[in-house]
Amino acid sequence: MDAAALLADLQAAFPGAAPRPSADMPGLDVPAADLPAAVTRLRDAHGFDLLADLCGVDRGPAVSPRFSVVVHLLGSGHHAYLRVAAACPDDAAPEAPSLTAVHPGADWHEREAFDMFGIRFAGHPDLRRILMWDGYPHHPLRKEFPLAGMPVDLPAADVAAVTGRRVEPAPMMGGPFVSPGGTMAKAEPVARDESWNEENPKP
Amino acid sequence: MRTTKEISLGDVAARSEELGAERMSLNLGPSHPATHGVLRLRLELDGDTVTQCDPVIGYLHRGDEKIAEAMTYNQFVPYTDRLDYLAPLANNVAYALAVENLAGIRVPPRCEAIRVVCCELARISSHLLGIGVYAMDTGAWTVFMYTFNEREKLYTLFEELTGARFTTSYTRVGGVARDLPEGWTGRVEGFCDGVLRVVDEVDALLTRNRIFLERTEGIAPISRELALAHGLTGANLRASGVPLDLRKDRPYSGYGQYAFDVPVGTKGDCYDRYLVRMEEMRQSVAIVRQALARMPDGPVACVDQRRIVLPPKDKVMTRMEELIQNFMLVTEGPQVPAGECYFEAENPKGALGFYVVSRGGGVPFRLRIRGPSFVSLSILPKVVPGHHLTDIPSILGSLDFVMGECDR
Repeated sequence: MDAAALLADLQAAFPGAAPRPSADMPGLDVPAADLPAAVTRLRDAHGFDLLADLCGVDRGPAVSPRFSVVVHLLGSGHHAYLRVAAACPDDAAPEAPSLTAVHPGADWHEREAFDMFGIRFAGHPDLRRILMWDGYPHHPLRKEFPLAGMPVDLPAADVAAVTGRRVEPAPMMGGPFVSPGGTMAKAEPVARDESWNEENPKP
Repeated sequence: MRTTKEISLGDVAARSEELGAERMSLNLGPSHPATHGVLRLRLELDGDTVTQCDPVIGYLHRGDEKIAEAMTYNQFVPYTDRLDYLAPLANNVAYALAVENLAGIRVPPRCEAIRVVCCELARISSHLLGIGVYAMDTGAWTVFMYTFNEREKLYTLFEELTGARFTTSYTRVGGVARDLPEGWTGRVEGFCDGVLRVVDEVDALLTRNRIFLERTEGIAPISRELALAHGLTGANLRASGVPLDLRKDRPYSGYGQYAFDVPVGTKGDCYDRYLVRMEEMRQSVAIVRQALARMPDGPVACVDQRRIVLPPKDKVMTRMEELIQNFMLVTEGPQVPAGECYFEAENPKGALGFYVVSRGGGVPFRLRIRGPSFVSLSILPKVVPGHHLTDIPSILGSLDFVMGECDR
């Protein structure tokens, strides 16, 4: 696999493409709009048929373009890697075209990049959160998100709002045994032996 | 006299509205023995047949990628133990290699050989558990007892080597934490003899077992095209007939010098995935034996890389330069140049990838973890529909995933 010829071919096909300085593998920067076409060309003409990874990168609120999508491709025939990166033009509402039509395996990777960075993938069939729960308000891998996290309502609160039922706290003792009526202290002999339970608070 | 009319399944499907048939939605998991961890499958059933499968993940999400941005490269090694927690040694090695690639250093031959032994023992350990619980998923209890017993011996060896049975944290950027203990290689040789006997026994118990065949053969075939399109790696990809093995095709850590075969399946069904894993264990034993037989002498870390590798402890206590080196490394971390690097290692579950973006210094700017289990699970919506509900444990077990690595 001749890296220079590969880059020259891509640059001829996509005038906006530029080589990306990378030490470990050939790299290519393409405009976000050209990403699906470039990856399709790489798959069909250059044998990069396996999408190894797709992830978002946030360069911090002070830098523009702030968000980019980095794709790592592998050829199952020639075993060479290639890095293709596309910067999202809009810093406030980052968006990139989806690769799911080219590599169906991009589906979950794009959902994760959306979940973690808030990058929207145009044309993704089912773009929703994957690791955090639906309704979570933040994008945790953005640089301004604090490591310690931010307090949010847990899903139990909205479950209660929808179902109208209070969410029962987990039983205090006795493990998986759930007593049909009364307190654990009455129903469970194990609990009865304790010096403290629901009725007698811990000294 | 009452007459009954036979109704075929096709009639039922065509007249489902009229007959009042309705689809049932069912949650499998997140806490279910067949899901091997906290995986939840949102299923839609038509009778006993699955019509839709939507995996819900994230129950074990710990934000490892965020955590990594707040600590030095070596401090993150214990977090890699908890990715694929059935093969922590292999994760340690993959992570160390990724950072070393970025730093542009290559560890000494002895360290490479030790890492190969670690990776292959981790693979044996992971496959022993994977096949043991797979047999249990498909209704055979005994196999698990044989394989778990063997894995226990392996954990004793890991404890001697690393000080911990499970969370090994054995590698450092630029080397490994300590050299092999006295007599350890001999005990590994002994283990290799024993584990081959157990693999043969499992072979005899399962490979021609009628019940096992019924539950795995022809179930969830993944075609070569589908596997490649979804980016499957490791044994799951090879079972579909793609002979891609990074140890062979992109040799790292000196894998190029060992002779081993890459088993490949033909149909890509659950049975093929089982067969590939069985053979991989035998090949791993062959690699371990070769690596032990020609274990080179020398240091186990790049001792000349003073801005990356800690100095020897005895010198720290007696010499000024080494004391400063130790202090700088512990407080500021191994100094890695600015740049980016993506490295994938052939782990037991598939290709574990680390994408490290550095702006120089001892802390990564961004660390992306590409978990093979995440990718393996993403294929479920394609392969599960059309199968019976009772096939789901077979399919899940055959993909051999770990939620720690999927959710990260």
